[in-house]
Amino acid sequence: MSFHAPHIDYAALSPVIALTVGLCVVLISAVIGPLRRSAPMMTMSVLAATAGLLIAQWDDPTNLVSGALRLDDLAISISLIAIAAAAFAVLLSIREPAAEQAGSGEYHALLLGSVLGMVLLAQAQNLVSFFVAIETLSIPLYILCATDMIREKSLESGLKYLIVGSLGSATLLYGMAFLYGGSGSTDFLGISAGIGHGGLLGDPLVLVGIGMVAVGLAFKTSIAPFHQWTPDVYEGAPTPITAFMAVATKAAAFAVFIRFFDVALIGEAGDWQPALAVLAAVSIVVGNVGALGQSSLKRLLGYSGVAQAGYILGGLVVASEAGINAIVFYLAGYLFMNLAAFGVIVARERETAFGDDIRAVRGLGSERPLLAWPLTISMLALAGLPATVGFIGKLYLIEALVEGDYTWLAVFIAVGTMISLAYYLRVVAAMWMPSAQASATPAIAGASPEADPIDPDAGNRIYLVGPALLAAAGAVFFGVIPQPLVDFAQHAGASLF
Amino acid sequence: MINSLLWTPLAFGLVGLFLPKRLIGWWAVLGTAVTAGIAIALLAGFDSGAAGLQDTVDVNWIPGLGVDYSLGIDGLNVFLVLLTAVVWLGGTAFAAFREQERPHLFFLMMLLGETATLGAFIAQDLLLFVLFFDLMLVPFYFLFGAWGSDREGGPTASAATLKMIVYTLIGSLLMLVGAIATAIIAADGGQITFSIAELAKHPVGDGSQQWIFWFFAAAFLVKMPAFLLHGWMPDAYRAAPLPVLAVFSGVLAKVGAYGFLRVVLPLFPAATVQFQTVVLLIALASILYGSVMAFTQTNVRLIGGYSSVAQLGFITAGIFALRADGADGAVLQMVNHGLVVAPLFIIVAILAERSGSEDLREMGGMAMRAPVLAALFLIVTLATLAMPGSANFIGEFYILNGLFQAKIVFAFVAISGVAMSAYYALRLYQRTMHNRRPDSVPSREIGLRDALVLVPLVLCIVGLALYPQLILKRTDTSVQESVAAATRGPAPQAQLAKR
Repeated sequence: MSFHAPHIDYAALSPVIALTVGLCVVLISAVIGPLRRSAPMMTMSVLAATAGLLIAQWDDPTNLVSGALRLDDLAISISLIAIAAAAFAVLLSIREPAAEQAGSGEYHALLLGSVLGMVLLAQAQNLVSFFVAIETLSIPLYILCATDMIREKSLESGLKYLIVGSLGSATLLYGMAFLYGGSGSTDFLGISAGIGHGGLLGDPLVLVGIGMVAVGLAFKTSIAPFHQWTPDVYEGAPTPITAFMAVATKAAAFAVFIRFFDVALIGEAGDWQPALAVLAAVSIVVGNVGALGQSSLKRLLGYSGVAQAGYILGGLVVASEAGINAIVFYLAGYLFMNLAAFGVIVARERETAFGDDIRAVRGLGSERPLLAWPLTISMLALAGLPATVGFIGKLYLIEALVEGDYTWLAVFIAVGTMISLAYYLRVVAAMWMPSAQASATPAIAGASPEADPIDPDAGNRIYLVGPALLAAAGAVFFGVIPQPLVDFAQHAGASLF
Repeated sequence: MINSLLWTPLAFGLVGLFLPKRLIGWWAVLGTAVTAGIAIALLAGFDSGAAGLQDTVDVNWIPGLGVDYSLGIDGLNVFLVLLTAVVWLGGTAFAAFREQERPHLFFLMMLLGETATLGAFIAQDLLLFVLFFDLMLVPFYFLFGAWGSDREGGPTASAATLKMIVYTLIGSLLMLVGAIATAIIAADGGQITFSIAELAKHPVGDGSQQWIFWFFAAAFLVKMPAFLLHGWMPDAYRAAPLPVLAVFSGVLAKVGAYGFLRVVLPLFPAATVQFQTVVLLIALASILYGSVMAFTQTNVRLIGGYSSVAQLGFITAGIFALRADGADGAVLQMVNHGLVVAPLFIIVAILAERSGSEDLREMGGMAMRAPVLAALFLIVTLATLAMPGSANFIGEFYILNGLFQAKIVFAFVAISGVAMSAYYALRLYQRTMHNRRPDSVPSREIGLRDALVLVPLVLCIVGLALYPQLILKRTDTSVQESVAAATRGPAPQAQLAKR
């Protein structure tokens, strides 16, 4: 009798291992006195190591754990986006009250835990690994949202996210059960083969299953009409966490969205395309209209995120390689556009008494140009104006949509973008235009429920201004020289088709 | 050469950020002057007889998406480039003579605006054209909103500007979709290209042309603005700072008209023929409505604004006569109108500074002690009303000639626009320069600095009046090319009869 140990591809698993070990180390360091202050530093090293290990596997697709995971360029590119967002969040968290109240070690360990979930989710190719990954991603986030413990809104945000998120997860799990029942497999490729002969519409079990999985994913990517939690949670969560969620969660959830529909269900594309197209259109309208009346910048970005999710979903609707390229490109661009804005919001939150209200950025253009520019560029890029990565991203999406015969959805994107100008430019106007400031309600010091400024000099802190400027520079750079990012995205698309 | 033309203004603007406040204005003027020099050099080296593009640059920009960085000069745009450079030089100099708030940002935006506008004129890749067309909005959003003036009881500058941006972007975002659709349909599964010349060789099917045509037309008609799509104009014109308005009204409106000649006629010939009457109707409505509004307004900015609506209506009519002479006249008239309207707004700025008001009723008698200003203004006025002897007369003559041959009924209606232009132009002149002078308004000669801005612009008008052939000779070949595609479409009746 002999026992054969299964072959384990440690090289390909190394990013996951690095993150897991790193998260344990960061957590333990919290109780070791001399190391207590070093959590951010250690977290950054773990993220850098993981990114390095991922890049080493570039262009070398491997199936792992009997096909439950697949480390290909799509997984790597999405993981890199998530890691960049996490690194950004670590910088923004320096001197953030939430991180100090929750304990720096725990806070950063949770952040790493969420990144671990995202890296796994980007690779998931099996219903089980899919579900485990999405829970690994979500549970730390529920806690992180509530880490600003003396603020009621933060607690509310965490609880709301927990309840809505659990509902989403439950729906997802229920749908997976149906799908397994209908196709007889948990593996994406197996599902594809299992429903191959019956067809989608012929088998109610599979159809219900897919519908519920799609709804569960729509919850996670905040696609309307499953978006209601987004503005509330975004507003209540500590801002660095909001920044992280806005970019990384969306990226990771879209990765599995792509894999689920473009691998497991690619044969039935004709059946689900119209349904997703309608979801995308609804999301574009709801997000853009919802953002119009917001005065909290975080809520505004929350609704804008709903609309942007609608645009991105358009890339999935066409079920083509160009569509996936466009999604990955847009997500990478979204990283730059969104983080530039959040860096500025964090800085203003700490140095003014207005919190994240739009009044906090009033007159920023003459007061602190170094903060005004990143936010301006971010808003113009999100609005899709030229010479920013946002324009190229829209161009990419529209090209994919027209090519896939979904020109009407492209027109929806154009119309949605037009509506979105009204609120993006309102932020720009508040910063630069004297008349926009005078016409708004007069500022009353201390009117905001937020406490007094916690760091009157936050606008000069290099760990806030630096990342914001860097992200804004990226948004402009890739708007003028997009080809490197296009190459990056094309690798991702090529790994599935 | 053409690269340096495009990027010189922006480079000067960026370097200017590091200069002291005192110098920044002059630095910007230097930048626009250098650009104007390059534009003149381009014109000097322009071969008027040759067909096709000259001085081209063509580099793969985003190979993954089929977008090229492709620039070129031909008869259609060579004078519009020159117009841009000249008008920008004047507007920037006028602004530099005056104290500006936050001058670094102001002049950066002015220069970015010039780069974007030049880019829209010389882009030979459809997507690059759309990109520059949209990019023009960004600097003008800041210029109008941050340096504009709020109106008592009206919208604030930022609200007026937002309205303008939303209006303009409705058109240009749809244009983006249209441009991509054109390229993808034309590629038919093959390699995607956005090159305008390539796309013109194989126009897309008639059915596709019909809807794409309107996506483009919407963008261009809003930009002009044409009747029914001009809703943003009154508020934005009243909010804008005057030197900025001079370049905006002088140049940006022409990008729309130019777009028809560069993109719509060659790429969508069948739809152009099909919708010729509709566009002509819009153009006529613009002429009539613009003229009537111009002679009922008392705000001098709006007189300029509505007269532009009428003039752009003329230009559109000339283009959609779909004959070489009409389009020739349209190109000439684009340059003429730019040269007329820019000094007009600069004069308005000078007058408004003195009287403290922009209302006709509070002006008058200015000519008394200011014969030079009055003479300059008179030249501008006479050119506006297309006095025989002015280049505007030649332009309108060509346009009407083309229109007569194509659609005689429309020509008759358009002629009434010529008559009305005499009324509103002379009314503006009389009410500001003649009549009784209100006590509060000092009448004095223009300063040397303002004269430095105004005299060269007026000299350009005079020069063109003496020698309009300068433009006509160089544009004709390219204009014929542009119009040819549309006239070639379904054979006109006359040709059928000959067979």
